[in-house]
Amino acid sequence: MSQLRDYADEAAGPRERTAGRRLTVGWQHAGRPADLREHYERYGPLPDGGRAGRRGRAGLVDAVAAAGLTGRGGAGFPTGTKMRAVVSRRGPAVVVANGMESEPASEKDQALLARAPHLVLDGAVLAAQAVGADTVHLCLDRTRHWQIDEVLRAIEERDQVGLDPIRLLVHELPRHYVASEETALVRWLNGGEAKPTATPPRPFERGVQRRPTLVDNVETLAHVALIARFGPHWFRAAGRPDCPGTMLVTVAGAVRDPGVYEIEAGARVGDVLAMSGESDSGSVLIGGYFGTWHATPDIAGLPLTTAGLRPAGAAPGAGVLFALPAGSCGITEAARVLGYLARQSAQQCGPCRFGLPAIAEDFAQLAAGRPEGDVLQRLARRLPVITGRGACRHPDGAVRMAASALTAFAADARAHAAGRPCLGAHRRRTDSAGPPIPRPGAEDEWR
Amino acid sequence: MTLRLRLDPTACTGHGLCADLLAERIELDEWGFPIILGDVPPGLAAHARRAVRACPTLALELQPLRDDSRYDTHEEGARHRERDS
Repeated sequence: MSQLRDYADEAAGPRERTAGRRLTVGWQHAGRPADLREHYERYGPLPDGGRAGRRGRAGLVDAVAAAGLTGRGGAGFPTGTKMRAVVSRRGPAVVVANGMESEPASEKDQALLARAPHLVLDGAVLAAQAVGADTVHLCLDRTRHWQIDEVLRAIEERDQVGLDPIRLLVHELPRHYVASEETALVRWLNGGEAKPTATPPRPFERGVQRRPTLVDNVETLAHVALIARFGPHWFRAAGRPDCPGTMLVTVAGAVRDPGVYEIEAGARVGDVLAMSGESDSGSVLIGGYFGTWHATPDIAGLPLTTAGLRPAGAAPGAGVLFALPAGSCGITEAARVLGYLARQSAQQCGPCRFGLPAIAEDFAQLAAGRPEGDVLQRLARRLPVITGRGACRHPDGAVRMAASALTAFAADARAHAAGRPCLGAHRRRTDSAGPPIPRPGAEDEWR
Repeated sequence: MTLRLRLDPTACTGHGLCADLLAERIELDEWGFPIILGDVPPGLAAHARRAVRACPTLALELQPLRDDSRYDTHEEGARHRERDS
């Protein structure tokens, strides 16, 4: 434990002044992944050489539960509860490490895998041992060639020293917004398309090869690796009792130092923005493209946690904060994001397939200030009808983002609807300083 | 016994027969896809079963309402719904 603290003290780069740095220890030293030797220097070896007995394995599930770790992929579900659910099922289990990070504004998982791949792999292997799995499937976006090469290199390094009694398999999945959904990973690993499926069954009941399957985000697994080493008490020394530990966040947009930060869970939105040099952005998109828009002053004082943001109708999601530059038109940016989400539908469910393009078109008309009919009334009717009716939560997320834009930019929305779009709306698309919209890739490639 | 209508939205292609046969609990959105309005009381069970049988894509199911106090799909599902609402 003290070893970790020493490293944290030693590392005090400009971007890393926050207390409780854990996952990001030593990141500023190198623009390359930590190899196994550096990894051990930072964190020490795997507990029990990675070969804990049956009791040790059950001990990790208890430790993760006692630590209060919650999933860092977006849903924020208690990791210990999920592990216990997998353990309680019959038969051998499977672990899926989700490194897809399909959220365009999020970079934290990419940063983590690029700097500390062994921490993620440790966590995946330890979680596999804890739930009785013999295989870890690490799912990555196939367009990120550099990342795939580096992760394979790290696994090779481990194989050379015979580190893991668990099989580590890297999979390269097609890039889609919805392909990172846990049921989409399971479906792909079972030989299908990377599209979400209806639940139940959820993966812990019947997942890869019909086995009970633990799907965890790679950052979550990195925290598991630290809890296994330093214990739940140590984990809870950062953060707050109701939201312990640290978390990675991606801050982007109108900030001086955009990038990935490790913060103590429970830090206020305003402090996170200030840390990255935000000034006068006016509004912010919280939680990613399934997230919500807010006037910055309305939300700056709230903790960036599920419970803390709930009063504002927001959620931290995968820890994305996008500060909208002053002078940008929120309605226009929301319309772009919504158009992207509509195009990213897996086209499986009617409400998503037809509903999202319809509201995206409404938003496009609104953004342009050339609405047909009463567009705000039409949106008020359509938005609530779409929610909750897809196999996955893609339509729900898109609707939430759209609805929040109409609230956060209510005055602008009325002006646009009356044919008076704001100045920012006239900027050319390429000049947009709004949330990044990925270029179209292989949109029909789902396998 | 009260029954719950469950729709597999990936199977549904919007034929809309269910809304004709069980108008008390199913209506169609503007794109022709069903919206389930609530659970099915015993008095409507026969109609509901007819609607389930009529679905050309077998997307509609009727399930008895279960007590789900233990941890399972529903706990996580409820959280997601809460977050998404």
